[in-house]
Amino acid sequence: MSQIETFYEVMRRQGITRRSFMKYCSLTASALGLGPAFVPKIAHAMETKPRTPVIWVNGLECTCCSESFIRGAHPLAKDVVLSMISLDYSHVLMAAAGHAAEAALEEAIQKYKGNYILAVEGNPPLNEDGMFCIVGGKPFVEQLRHAAAGAKAIISWGACASYGCVQAASPNPTRATPVHKVITDKPIIKVPGCPPIAEVMTGVITYMLTFDRLPELDRQGRPAMFYGQRIHDKCYRRPHFDAGQFVEAWDDDNARKGYCLYKMGCKGPTTYNACSTVGWNEGTSFPIQSGHGCIGCSEDGFWDQGGFYNRLTNIKQFGVEANADQVGMAAAGVVGGAVAVHAAVSALKRAQKKTQDKVES
Amino acid sequence: MATPTTNIPAHDVAPEDLATVSRQTSIYVYEAPVRMWHWINAAAILVLCVTGYFIGSPLPSMQIGEATDQFVFGYIRFAHFAAGWILTVGFLGRIYWAFVGNHHARQLFYVPVWKLEFWREVIFEIRWYLFIAKEPKKYVGHNPLAQLAMFFFITLGVSFMIVTGMALYAEGAQEGSLTADLFGWVHGLTWNSQRLHTLHHLGMWWIVIFMIVHIYVAIREDIMSRQSIVSTMISGHRTFKDDRDD
Repeated sequence: MSQIETFYEVMRRQGITRRSFMKYCSLTASALGLGPAFVPKIAHAMETKPRTPVIWVNGLECTCCSESFIRGAHPLAKDVVLSMISLDYSHVLMAAAGHAAEAALEEAIQKYKGNYILAVEGNPPLNEDGMFCIVGGKPFVEQLRHAAAGAKAIISWGACASYGCVQAASPNPTRATPVHKVITDKPIIKVPGCPPIAEVMTGVITYMLTFDRLPELDRQGRPAMFYGQRIHDKCYRRPHFDAGQFVEAWDDDNARKGYCLYKMGCKGPTTYNACSTVGWNEGTSFPIQSGHGCIGCSEDGFWDQGGFYNRLTNIKQFGVEANADQVGMAAAGVVGGAVAVHAAVSALKRAQKKTQDKVES
Repeated sequence: MATPTTNIPAHDVAPEDLATVSRQTSIYVYEAPVRMWHWINAAAILVLCVTGYFIGSPLPSMQIGEATDQFVFGYIRFAHFAAGWILTVGFLGRIYWAFVGNHHARQLFYVPVWKLEFWREVIFEIRWYLFIAKEPKKYVGHNPLAQLAMFFFITLGVSFMIVTGMALYAEGAQEGSLTADLFGWVHGLTWNSQRLHTLHHLGMWWIVIFMIVHIYVAIREDIMSRQSIVSTMISGHRTFKDDRDD
């Protein structure tokens, strides 16, 4: 196996000073929730370990994960990780194209067999033998299976790879299928979101490269350090929620005052992500801060939960779109009506029996 | 018709009253823990339904004070959680009483599907409610149709609400909490907890429908059946209105 550069070497080669490198290490340590004692450990790992190659493949997706990734708040994280990924294979970002690109992929797979991390953006559609997504003249599902065979671990980028996302929305005509339902024999880490937060993406990769293992995952296979709490748990508008002060309409005074968006269908209470702590675009803002509710993009099936602006989910099983209250009230109304009729008939019957008894006696 | 002998003081008895006198047997059916559970459970369910509805569809925004001084929605949620815990602990106590209590304390928790006689009487009860049967049968405990309804609405319904409710509570209590350890697995079945919210919400209406039917039927049977119903859940005694056989 040829000598693989360390992270540190790659960084230095990119013109990054040691001082900046140490800054990156401490930023990463705090992003991962590790104490200051881990900063030298991360630095040491990056200086000595041969870097783990990453192969990045794209299936049925919109490239918003890549777009988010290259906008990492800390430019170093982006430059470092990105430059190393593009060294191997990422057909969005690599310089090569066409046959050269496919050859690079094949070379990377052979060279790092059993050692590389496969990052999957998007998912494979399985209908019509996968013909709805063609990469390099072949269905994407074939490329995915081929690349996954030699991977040490797989990262499912975004809601597409993790859950299916909008292309899997009912009735899912292409049968877009999340990665973990196609590849079942590899450790898979899900990093959902549409897209995921850039710092979360670089944080996950850095953790895996530094410690050579998957971070602690939650029940759904998401890194617990970023998906352990709900948006709601750390939302700065939470006091208005507890107070019962809600935005009632998009243009009302409460919206201007920055009240809670719960009634406007904000999915913060059901969404596990780091938006309300890490923020987006170098920590500038996140949806709720900009006055729009969370749409729950890091949750499974968020695209099929009715309107983004309804508190209660529409239930399609009942033929017409109705929420739990409408269904429940209709059912309770029918039962209540039946009870009233039954009570009336009971009373009549009883009166009838009484008259009869009187006649008989 | 011979006038039955009676030891009721005669000063307040009209002749037509004496015609309705029966031996008035009574049986002690519902022991004190069952009765207490019934009413505590009823109160908890009422609080849970009202607060649960307002959690899904909050009241109009209120401006009482600064957000930090105002805790309207917080109190609504607190009432919901407190009542939920009372319901849960009560239900566990009720299960305990099914083991140590009398024969009737167990009726809530099973349906004797293997007994042909049970189904025959279910059909009879349905006929009674469809006004086909002229006179109902006497029952010491629940009639078979009531037992069936109790099992599906209360035993299964409340269990479902406790399990889904605790799983939702675990979201706020977060990983590592008792509720997350015990009920976190529920999220593995529904994934997006928005779905779990919807199921829990539909469960509320399932219980509301039960309440409508239960209260109606209890009052109706108290009037029209041959035994006491409403007072039985207060005193524990089932009294029968006539001495005839079934």
